[in-house]
Amino acid sequence: MKTFILLLCCFYYTANLANTIQVGKNEKISTIRSALELAKDHDTILIQSGHYAEGNLIIRKKITIKGINLPVIDGENKYEVISIKADSVVVDGLKVVNSGTSSLEDFAGIKLYNSRNVTIQNNVLIQTFFGIYSQYGRNCIIRNNTLTAFKKEEQQSGNGIHCWKSDSMQIVGNSITGHRDGIYFEFVTNSVIWRNQSQRNLRYGLHFMFSNSDTYVGNTFKHNGAGVSVMYSHHVKMFNNHFEENWGDAAYGILLKEISDSHIEGNYFIKNTSGIYMEGASRVTVIKNSFRNNGWALKIQASCMDNEVHKNNFLGNTFDVGTNGSLVLNNFNGNYWDKYEGYDLNKDNVGDVPYRPVSMYSMIVERNPPAMILFRSFMTTLLDKTEKVLPSLTPENLIDAKPLIKPMNL
Amino acid sequence: MKKIIKYVITDILRNKIILSYTIFLLAISFTIFSLEDNSSKGLLSLLNIVLIVVPLISIIFSTIYIYNSAEFIELLVSQPLQRKKIWLSLFTGLATSFTIAFLIGAGVPILLFEPTATGLMIIAVGVLLSVIFVAVAMFAAVKTRDKAKGIGITILIWLYFALVFDGIVLFLLFQFADYPLEKAMIGVSALNPIDLGRILILLKMDVSALMGYTGAIFKDFFGTTTGISISFVVLLLWIIVPLFFSTRKFIRKDL
Amino acid sequence: MIIATNITKRFGKLIALDNVSASCSKGECVALIGPNGSGKTTLIKSILGMVVPDSGTITFNGQNISNNWQYRSQIGYMPQIGRYPENMTIGQVLDMMSDIRMHEGRRDNDLLNEFDFKSLLDKRMRTLSGGTRQKVSAALAFMFDPEVLILDEPTAGLDPVASEILKQKIIAEKKSGKLILITSHILSELDDLATQVIYMQDGKLVFHKPIEVLKHETGEHKLSRAIASVMVQCQ
Repeated sequence: MKTFILLLCCFYYTANLANTIQVGKNEKISTIRSALELAKDHDTILIQSGHYAEGNLIIRKKITIKGINLPVIDGENKYEVISIKADSVVVDGLKVVNSGTSSLEDFAGIKLYNSRNVTIQNNVLIQTFFGIYSQYGRNCIIRNNTLTAFKKEEQQSGNGIHCWKSDSMQIVGNSITGHRDGIYFEFVTNSVIWRNQSQRNLRYGLHFMFSNSDTYVGNTFKHNGAGVSVMYSHHVKMFNNHFEENWGDAAYGILLKEISDSHIEGNYFIKNTSGIYMEGASRVTVIKNSFRNNGWALKIQASCMDNEVHKNNFLGNTFDVGTNGSLVLNNFNGNYWDKYEGYDLNKDNVGDVPYRPVSMYSMIVERNPPAMILFRSFMTTLLDKTEKVLPSLTPENLIDAKPLIKPMNL
Repeated sequence: MKKIIKYVITDILRNKIILSYTIFLLAISFTIFSLEDNSSKGLLSLLNIVLIVVPLISIIFSTIYIYNSAEFIELLVSQPLQRKKIWLSLFTGLATSFTIAFLIGAGVPILLFEPTATGLMIIAVGVLLSVIFVAVAMFAAVKTRDKAKGIGITILIWLYFALVFDGIVLFLLFQFADYPLEKAMIGVSALNPIDLGRILILLKMDVSALMGYTGAIFKDFFGTTTGISISFVVLLLWIIVPLFFSTRKFIRKDL
Repeated sequence: MIIATNITKRFGKLIALDNVSASCSKGECVALIGPNGSGKTTLIKSILGMVVPDSGTITFNGQNISNNWQYRSQIGYMPQIGRYPENMTIGQVLDMMSDIRMHEGRRDNDLLNEFDFKSLLDKRMRTLSGGTRQKVSAALAFMFDPEVLILDEPTAGLDPVASEILKQKIIAEKKSGKLILITSHILSELDDLATQVIYMQDGKLVFHKPIEVLKHETGEHKLSRAIASVMVQCQ
């Protein structure tokens, strides 16, 4: 009898602390909605694979929801699918599809309202308006999710991972395709974006505004409509990201607008129309990056100042540096430029004559874009050579005084 | 016709110039590729050879050859042969020799060092430019009786296409900078085979830069299959039209 | 066999042929005579289709020759100055010509044998003397057994032996019923050959007569003297 009571107590206790509720066609509980009603804080809801179309599911308890073999949660193109309105919720392994689309409300596949310590991981989101949306999130983890949308128009599509007025977020290892912006940050601070793949989104791979002291590392932003845009922020750090094949008039490997005190290191800019485009940027350090086969590796507008560009490799770019004025308040030193034709008499791997990264023809094209059609013709080559001997159009003090003779191993 | 082509080609091959041209191209290509540390930069240097040297050699050698073959042509004309066939055989012989010379001299090194889309496009453009300038040279040669004058004219033609034309275009671009000239530029480029060939190569070589600004318009036209097909048709027209008029002139020419 | 009707040809201001009409038939040997620049070569070249007349027609065996080229397989032409691709050897030129003409009938190698070309076959054209070139031209003109032979100054530059060989060959061909058109400055040569005389001056055809008639009219026995007296009359 004693043992029985003890056992009962034990059972009761554990059940009380962390119940596991099974949901599935063949289980007692067949809808998620009823499971959510039954569940208490710290419970786990296990959802068997199957198709669940239950409108808007709102989570108001500190529970873990875990899908087995990716059960499909269907928003039937009408509802926001999962709304999280509690702290410490875990959503794991669900396949969230077909959220509603609205021009008034930001419907999302999974949306956080004012929550802390939430983890959203291993989910697959297909054809959602917004994918994962954090509004006033704190210390949340969004990890290893796959988000895919197929909309063609920017207006019909929301962002993949959208964070607004959040703090200490960790966005890790997600893969985002076909949304408006892959990752969108507005008023988000002290967060990290790590090892995400943001490709083929309609507008930006990463869109970043008024978000200070964030770091992003090891992400790949490829083939997005307009590349990556980082605006009106300070103390942003970017390490080892790949910016590739962002093609178009207004597409940039990365657009830096009104950025200050930031650090860009070890990134790869490959085959972009413009690798980095800087406008009103100040005190940004660009170091040890690799610029390959871009149209313009670096475009620095005259509104930029005190930026440091050091120890980067510039290889096979059509134009190395472009600018729109003759005022230069930035420093270029110790970069490798494959177009450098100087010599190194004392063999210290530093060229003895300075390199002018702005070619005459890039200035001509800046003023008269259709002139691009004459690029690489015999005549323009002659013009460029003359300019090298007698600079007239190119900014006089935009020079790299210590160009490297050999490329760095980056 | 095959027989005459055969005799023209053997005659050209006996001439040392075409052999030296092949060796010259071969030497330049291998030097460029082995001197530059990355081969895509070598391709860039080779681009200038293709756009400048190939048309120059083609046009001058072809003109001289036509003038020097006056006796041979006279001999053929007195034989039971159609004049049209004689002329087209001369063209085919010259065009084949230059194509082969270019393929060996520049095509082989490109395929060895840089077998990319850009490399292949340079080979295609090089071959087309060789043939185009043979056709243009024959047109100039049939129009002028005097050898010295004829060679002078072909040099001027080359200078015009290689340099003067671009100068005029740049001048016009700045004169009419306030107008949207992008679409007009596409049309203008068709007027110069060297430019058209260069743009086709540019689309492979500097595709990233062409995606920006006006590049978009060029890319939208030249980058599509239709655009590329049209460009190649225009390049072919640059062969066919001079050849047609020179043949017509040759049929009525007194020898 | 060859009928030229009202042929006119201008080179710029110069009138090379002025309304020339002539008719030649088989078995004749027509001597084309006239001062330098009288239009003899232009007339020959018009018949060969190398010069296109401004007006008038030429028929060959009843067919208009303009835009026609097959008729030339019936003509053997020996130019005034034989010019050949410089880099080819005599052998190669001969092979090329037989290759181009695709002649199926009898091949006449008499002249080749008599001129003794065997030792010369490997010589390049550019190394040959003017006389040897003429021999090549002559050999080529007769090689394909043509109906019509057009010989422009055939003996110019030939040594007396070769000249005699060629003359005998011409006589032989005339006997076999071919039409022979011949121009020469050395009128004494034509005495034994010509049956008809065409005299041209300043692009005009002055007369076209059988040689006997001409001799009879002028009362001379030699063609050279007969022509000389005609020239005096003309002036």
